[in-house]
Amino acid sequence: MQLDKKNVKTALFAASCALLGSNAVAEDWEYDAAIMYYGESDRVQAVEGIFHANKDLKNGREFSGKVVLDSLTGASANGAVPQDTPQTFTSPSGKGHYEGKANEMPLDDSFVDTRLQLGGQWSQPLGENYLFSAGANLSAEFDYQSIAFNTMIGRYLNKKNTTLSLGLSYAFDRIQPDGGRPIALSRTVPDAEQFDSQEAFDQAFNATRQSGGDDSKNTLDIIFGLTQVINRRWITQFNFSLSEVDGYLTDAYKIVSEVNTDGRAISQRYESRPSTRSKMAFFAQSKYHFKKSVWDISYRISDDDWGLTGQSLETRYRYMFANNSYLEPHIRFYQQDAADFYQPFLLAGEALPEFVSADYRIGKLNTYTVGLKYGKKINNGREYGVRLEYYNQTPQDIGIEAPGQLAAQDLYPSINAVIVQFSYKY
Amino acid sequence: MQYFISEDNIVTTADQPYDLSRHNGHFSASFKAMASSCELLIATEDEHLAHALAKRSLAEVKRIERKFSRYQKDNLCYAINNANGASTPIDQECHRLLQFAQTCYELSEGMFDLSSGVLRRAWQFDCSDRIPEQQEIEAILPLVGWQQVIFDKRQIQMKAGMEIDFGGIGKEYAVSRVTEICQQFLYQQTCKQQTSEASVLINLGGDIQITRPQKDRKPWIVGIENDDQVISICEGALATSGDSKRYLLKEGKRYSHILNPKTGWPVEQAPASITTTAPLCVQAGCLATLALLQGKNAEDFLKEQDVHYWCTR
Repeated sequence: MQLDKKNVKTALFAASCALLGSNAVAEDWEYDAAIMYYGESDRVQAVEGIFHANKDLKNGREFSGKVVLDSLTGASANGAVPQDTPQTFTSPSGKGHYEGKANEMPLDDSFVDTRLQLGGQWSQPLGENYLFSAGANLSAEFDYQSIAFNTMIGRYLNKKNTTLSLGLSYAFDRIQPDGGRPIALSRTVPDAEQFDSQEAFDQAFNATRQSGGDDSKNTLDIIFGLTQVINRRWITQFNFSLSEVDGYLTDAYKIVSEVNTDGRAISQRYESRPSTRSKMAFFAQSKYHFKKSVWDISYRISDDDWGLTGQSLETRYRYMFANNSYLEPHIRFYQQDAADFYQPFLLAGEALPEFVSADYRIGKLNTYTVGLKYGKKINNGREYGVRLEYYNQTPQDIGIEAPGQLAAQDLYPSINAVIVQFSYKY
Repeated sequence: MQYFISEDNIVTTADQPYDLSRHNGHFSASFKAMASSCELLIATEDEHLAHALAKRSLAEVKRIERKFSRYQKDNLCYAINNANGASTPIDQECHRLLQFAQTCYELSEGMFDLSSGVLRRAWQFDCSDRIPEQQEIEAILPLVGWQQVIFDKRQIQMKAGMEIDFGGIGKEYAVSRVTEICQQFLYQQTCKQQTSEASVLINLGGDIQITRPQKDRKPWIVGIENDDQVISICEGALATSGDSKRYLLKEGKRYSHILNPKTGWPVEQAPASITTTAPLCVQAGCLATLALLQGKNAEDFLKEQDVHYWCTR
């Protein structure tokens, strides 16, 4: 027989690719399930359930989806200063009131929320040297809805040892605070009992509410990334991100105390924040794989036009034992400087600033987290893990002199929390 | 599941259909399937990983065997061969195998023929001198001929009495499929656990493929079945066609078991066996078979294809 001999191998190789190219056998889905508890002493308690599914398809394509449900209960600082007598605050909805204890940071204990998040992400190679990814996320809670889209394109260089990426994401958020959006800097009304009638109260309360205006928030993020494989044990990553936020950025539930020279709170005003925010951040990470351990260290520095700069240093060290289990200590330090308009209180008689917030979360603070995770791989690629962490947040004095009785109050109380997480992968 | 480790390093459980043993730097998982001794060599210290790979590999080999073996009576192959002239529905995987066989048939100008298995009714290669009569062969020949097999994506049809035998490509296909499954599984594990990817050698009765080279390109050393040769292989695949123990001998003339589907007689001066290398096991297996069908020109054919080969005459 006379074969067109040179072509046999080529034709055979091409045919074998078609034979194996797309296969009927479905690859397994992989699932991760985790439940996490976060508890601040005397404040917020949160329970979060996470379910994550991942499917690797042929040719590097990958789909993942996740569902997160969290439930928050407990009390959160409302921004008001502590006093040497108990204080009464109208709840954000205007439909009740709560008490702040004497000599303690006033806490809004009507803080209950459940949030559901859904997300899906698709990624695939584009030709030999490009990677594409796109995804969407939905999040809903009773007073907040968000929908976000993201897309990323990556370019491999240098035999895939270098990856350059450009990512874009856009989020549309809608904020519908319980009781409506308050008018910035308006005085809160005392509780209904101090009015002659419910009608009179309603009228006074409604006068503090915005009737129109923007209740949405749009966020555009741009991320430039560089991933560099140094050698087969060492990988590094650098990201630079820019973020533009535009819309209703005020926290409708936060207030600022207006105090007199004795340090007595004579009224409470709703806080006010700018309606735009420009952020930028730089992130660097190094991951080194030793023979039996992995060391991961990362640093992030961020700055924005609110004057809020922050930096964090985080490290994890995973040590793998011979019996397929591992221990992973974790430490994180974070430090931030207060936003320009952060003030623990307003002084009565002084001109009102355009923007002010006493929200400790945008104040000057230091935090640290220490934790330990234990994980064990069991049969068939299954794995479980237990994580225990301790979190401390210590707000810092920004150097504003506290008048009268405030001098004796702790205006910057620290928060301690524990985090416990169980995870299972199958 | 509780594992026990016995003194000779056999790490196994009572209900496990393969034997896993630990060696210097790798695990070996061995099992019987497709009438062959099969073995996985896994360059890892991670016993769970070795079990996970062995389990998935064995499941895939058994799946292919169950579906395409002509020795079973409740499978797709049996349904096709016993349809009595009616059409049999097929799935995508079967269609791809038939397409591949079609390509081999065309490339070999009709010599590679999955329907030639019925000639076994006349030929039994038991090293005896029992050569069949020409009329015996002629009675069977009308049942041979790939051109008479009609198939599309959904069905296959051929005349009553004809049979197709996936044996010519099934084992090599299984090797390549198992390799893919191991590669995918290892890729996922590697991404998640930040470990470097392990090399796995898949050996189903001497048909071999490797997922990726070992660290420092250290070669795997394997013996070839039916042969005393030991081959070292770094990457890619190798496959052997032919069987030096299957022949007939009459009046000093050796009849190889490689049959020409056009004449029904053994291919003249065919080598006893050929081993070739290629990136994928299906490729190596078909190259070896196509070379055998060339008879005395087998070596020339292989040289022209520019492939590495071992030929036993």
